[in-house]
Amino acid sequence: MRAWLQHHGLSLAQTISRFAQSPLATILNVLVIGVAVALPLGGYLVLSNLESFSRNVSTEPQLSVFLVGDAAKSDVIAIEARLKGADGVRTLRFVSRDAALAELRRTPGMSAVIDTLQSNPLPDAFVVTLSASDPELADRLERQFKSLPKVAHVQADSAWARRLDSLLRLGRTTVALLGALLGVALVAVTFNTIRLQILTQHDEIEICRLIGATRAYVRRPFFYLGSLLGLLGGCSALAIVLVALAVLNRDIAPLAALYGSDFRLRYLDTAEAAVILACSAALGWFGAYLSVSKHLREIEVA
Amino acid sequence: MAILSFSHVRKRYPGGFEALKEISFAVEPGEMVFLTGHSGAGKTTLLKLIAAIERANGGTVLVNGQNVSAMRPAAIPFLRRNLGLVFQGQKLLFDRSVFDNVMLPLIVTGYPYREAARRARAALDKVGLLEREKANPVTLSGGEQQRLCIARAVVNRPGILLADEPTASLDAAYADEIMEMFSAFNQVGVTVLVATHDRQLIDKRHKRVLTLDHGKLL
Repeated sequence: MRAWLQHHGLSLAQTISRFAQSPLATILNVLVIGVAVALPLGGYLVLSNLESFSRNVSTEPQLSVFLVGDAAKSDVIAIEARLKGADGVRTLRFVSRDAALAELRRTPGMSAVIDTLQSNPLPDAFVVTLSASDPELADRLERQFKSLPKVAHVQADSAWARRLDSLLRLGRTTVALLGALLGVALVAVTFNTIRLQILTQHDEIEICRLIGATRAYVRRPFFYLGSLLGLLGGCSALAIVLVALAVLNRDIAPLAALYGSDFRLRYLDTAEAAVILACSAALGWFGAYLSVSKHLREIEVA
Repeated sequence: MAILSFSHVRKRYPGGFEALKEISFAVEPGEMVFLTGHSGAGKTTLLKLIAAIERANGGTVLVNGQNVSAMRPAAIPFLRRNLGLVFQGQKLLFDRSVFDNVMLPLIVTGYPYREAARRARAALDKVGLLEREKANPVTLSGGEQQRLCIARAVVNRPGILLADEPTASLDAAYADEIMEMFSAFNQVGVTVLVATHDRQLIDKRHKRVLTLDHGKLL
């Protein structure tokens, strides 16, 4: 047991000293892995930021119900009653055609245009706030309100949110694909690195086997090498992403301030960072496993 | 009981060359045996079968009562730990010192470092290389390199020492010295099997001689 621990320590020390022997090659390898992990990781972070952003803005799902131009006062009252009675309606605000015109007039440049009009072209309208930001609820109410008499048009203000949602879904799929592809790249990089290492240690491996080294003994340093390469790659990916986020946030802060928001891109939390490190180390180990299985068999004595 | 025995062993290499045909012999513990024959007679193949570097195509090879020809791959390392191998073209590692080369078999078998270092120095002392322990093997002469190989082979205190043409590239005086070393190990109880085509070295020593001719034992 002690010998076993001693050899694990020795393998690890050997691996580290091998890194130290060729620092440039090691740094480049680590960077390749770092970039490969940073791309999907950055994509994931941007998406998760957009998601939380879109959740914030679409918490108030609204429907605008426009009445026909010649709706009478009694029609307005009747429709108001129907809208109030519908399931899933939280608040109801009536915007009369006159109020709408007055509001429009306040928009710079519109006042002159409106003055040329003979009469008010705007209809009466209700702004309905829904009780939940559920696309299905919005759909159902939209259809229901459209069928009411004297209603000309119902506009779902959540449409853009739904568009954003499906765009985000597309983004998630893209990031997942990218992640899978670059995971394969990570495995390929460690596979090749380990292959070169096995070639340079060809004699040592052969001798060790001849003097009674077990297969596990010979393989162990390479597993350490692969895992450590993946782990360092993961660390450099985290560093790359953190620096990129800091730079982006510096530009976002004044932009958000213009919109009266204090929006910032969020950084990774500890759990996410741990998952990234674990995944890249595991992929590095897997690349080493494939390489060792293939290449050690070639120099196996008996 | 024999420490090493072959019975009806055949070895054919891929391509059809029959290196060994119906080989049977036994070696008693503590014996020293020479294996001789023309080059290509099968000396190296025979030694490789003992260390499970090659597998026989028929018959049984018993080492310490274990059937090597039917051994699981996972058991082979433990067989080899009881064998000292001095093989032709067996490489030394030039990226480390003489001392570390001798340490390797002990590290591989998981010896505590301090005890291993003591044994490694003892082995180097036996072959007369103790003063060179810090040198790189590349700075050693051919004969010294061969002695280093022997130190590495015996550092584990194996029960059986196998040597394949250990004097091949050495002049007569040096060859004699190497052979004396094997005799010395034999005198302390190690079973020694030396393959050599050098009749002069064999004739001097009055030990049992196995002669191979085209894969057959004479």
